[in-house]
Amino acid sequence: MGIFDKLKKIVSTKSVPKETEELYDAGLKKTREEFVSKLSMLGIKYTRVSDAYFEELEDLLISADIGVNTVFSFLERLKDRVKKEKIEDTKNLTEVIVDELFIIYVNNESLTTKINIEENGPTVILMVGVNGVGKTTTIAKLAYKYKNIGKKVMMIAGDTFRAGAVEQLKIWADKTDSLFYGRDNTDPAGVIYDGLEMAKQENADIVLIDTAGRLQNKVNLMKELEKINKVIDRIIPGAPHETLLVIDAATGQNGIMQAISFKEITNITGIVLTKLDGTAKGGIVLAIKEAVDIPVKFVGLGEGMSDLQTFDIEEYIYGLFKDLM
Amino acid sequence: MFEYMGDRLTKAIKNIRGMGRITEENIGDALREIRMALLEADVNYVVVKEFIASIKEKALGMEVGKSLKPDELFIKLVKDELVSLLGGDFVPLETSKNPTILMLVGLQGSGKTTTAGKLANFLRKKHAKNPLLVACDIYRPAAIEQLETIGKSLGIEVFSEGHENPVKIVLDALDFAKEKKCDYVIIDTAGRLQIDEALMQELKDISSTVNPHETILVIDAMMGQDAINVINGFNDALSLTGTILTKLDGNTKGGVALSVRHLTNIPIKFVGDSEKLDGLSEFFPERMANRILDMGDILSIADKVTDIISEEEALDTAKKMKKGTFDLEDFLATLKQIKKLGPLENILKMLPQARKMGINNVNIDPKDMAHVEAIILSMTPYERRHPDILKATRKQRIAKGSGRSVEEVNRLLKQFEEMKKMMKMVSSGNMKMPF
Repeated sequence: MGIFDKLKKIVSTKSVPKETEELYDAGLKKTREEFVSKLSMLGIKYTRVSDAYFEELEDLLISADIGVNTVFSFLERLKDRVKKEKIEDTKNLTEVIVDELFIIYVNNESLTTKINIEENGPTVILMVGVNGVGKTTTIAKLAYKYKNIGKKVMMIAGDTFRAGAVEQLKIWADKTDSLFYGRDNTDPAGVIYDGLEMAKQENADIVLIDTAGRLQNKVNLMKELEKINKVIDRIIPGAPHETLLVIDAATGQNGIMQAISFKEITNITGIVLTKLDGTAKGGIVLAIKEAVDIPVKFVGLGEGMSDLQTFDIEEYIYGLFKDLM
Repeated sequence: MFEYMGDRLTKAIKNIRGMGRITEENIGDALREIRMALLEADVNYVVVKEFIASIKEKALGMEVGKSLKPDELFIKLVKDELVSLLGGDFVPLETSKNPTILMLVGLQGSGKTTTAGKLANFLRKKHAKNPLLVACDIYRPAAIEQLETIGKSLGIEVFSEGHENPVKIVLDALDFAKEKKCDYVIIDTAGRLQIDEALMQELKDISSTVNPHETILVIDAMMGQDAINVINGFNDALSLTGTILTKLDGNTKGGVALSVRHLTNIPIKFVGDSEKLDGLSEFFPERMANRILDMGDILSIADKVTDIISEEEALDTAKKMKKGTFDLEDFLATLKQIKKLGPLENILKMLPQARKMGINNVNIDPKDMAHVEAIILSMTPYERRHPDILKATRKQRIAKGSGRSVEEVNRLLKQFEEMKKMMKMVSSGNMKMPF
């Protein structure tokens, strides 16, 4: 059974709610239109597999920000398969391409998108990332998600640097009816310390900690993050239970550096890929997966509160290539 | 694991050194490396293709004379092409109208609000303008408060009018500007996707109401290949007059800079290079090309320095550097000035041969700077003028006084000596080009 059939089957028999599928479908619409129409154009332009075909395929993959090294090794594998399986017609190749892309991400592992929930006491989720990727908004969406399944949610405003960041989170806390702790212009570790004490007292189930955006090459800011981690662990041993790196889907090759640098400092347990509802393809997650082996746990597919979805590689790939199947 | 664009180019070009002439064969590797490097830097793949083709064509047709070696010729060619790709001449910001109206647009999280503050600060400082900031982001929670906080910290007026009808906000802001005699109006708009038709219409409405003299796209320098879709989307709707590249103080290679101008002919006016409100520099293609090619960016440093340090002081320091009479007392004074320049990494990155010396990507902890300062402050003025008299007992006293170890004192002295040597080389022009 080919990968398309497999995907179709998985997607149709999976017990994902209909809305999830629709959200992926709608969220990836622009992405798909660009990427897939180009890929199928390629199949029309070249009916036979040739060097020129591969060259244009390379351009297409690079334009999806999949990552130069990832693309090059991908093409080598693809060429090998073409040789071995004696594929001549480009029509038969499209399926192999999707299959190989899938393999980059899955790589024979059982990937989990599950969030590590601490049953006895607050589950602490720390959000980190560079500036402007959407950390605060993602926290609001996560709060909404956990509120809906009956959890007591608390937000701590660890971004004490950017003007208006504390107010922004406070507004979201009010809107989602979450507990909130924050103070302006102070040491973030101190705010988090006090916030976690409050979370314990209030018996919060889920604690979402916002942090200031930091470019990964700024040593003092990365050190601050180290300190934040220590403080969290001191008050709630074993926490944070999840450290999520938020990455903008439009990020280019620097995304790999972001993942590497943040992973060096904190134990990144997953990635949140935001703003996938634009024209960006978010291909950088494939390169990140290959370089540092961090799975994507959530994707942002729109601006609505319910548009943050658990990442589903099958839905993602299906959403991208649907029109080809 | 990851090398910088400049490093790769340098390495690739080295391979053709010593060749008698440029052939398709001997530049093959160099071209491949250049292509890889540019792609890794997120330069648009169409631009990369054209760039490589044009370099190849021009390189093969080049006359290798006696005076210039092929690698030197080749690097000059690459640099010239980069400069022309980056847009030729510098296009300054419109400042002559009264009031000049400038509108900032862009995706969510690109840095519009911070950039609005930086621009206002820049215009007041450089052009003696009395700017007004207008809060038009009615959607993102606390966006208005953010701009107000920035305005307050700069002492610059901010106009806001709640969370409805941006067109009316802008019109009222113009009246307010007249009343307050503000001669520059900076409109901060909400972030939006270029494909969001309703929100793009809102921008068009604002634009057709006030006819801004400058419509500037604020774009994240870390953006990948999708950048071009964003730029085209905004440009088609609004006819952009310029772009500002933000977050260039990260370790992004910023290939977006190469794509923007070439594919759209929109000039890059500024780059954001620190989180502070003075972290905005004018964009010069020539300098950016030099930076990419590891030729350093002495001019940019000079600009920054003159902003903060009086010319007299700078000349004095330069003279001392040249003569080699630069001592620890001068170093201490320089250290204090450097602190005002912002993160030292940014300055180091701009030095010629920074990558070769391995200082392009050093991370300097402000604390280390404080330690160095403490050590020098624990010396007597005489010791600072004559560091060679520092022997064991004096070093021990200095270590104790500064709370550092003797090893650290030794390390500092050694580094200082090396720095002095380097200064002499740089200023006497003995520094070889890195190729």
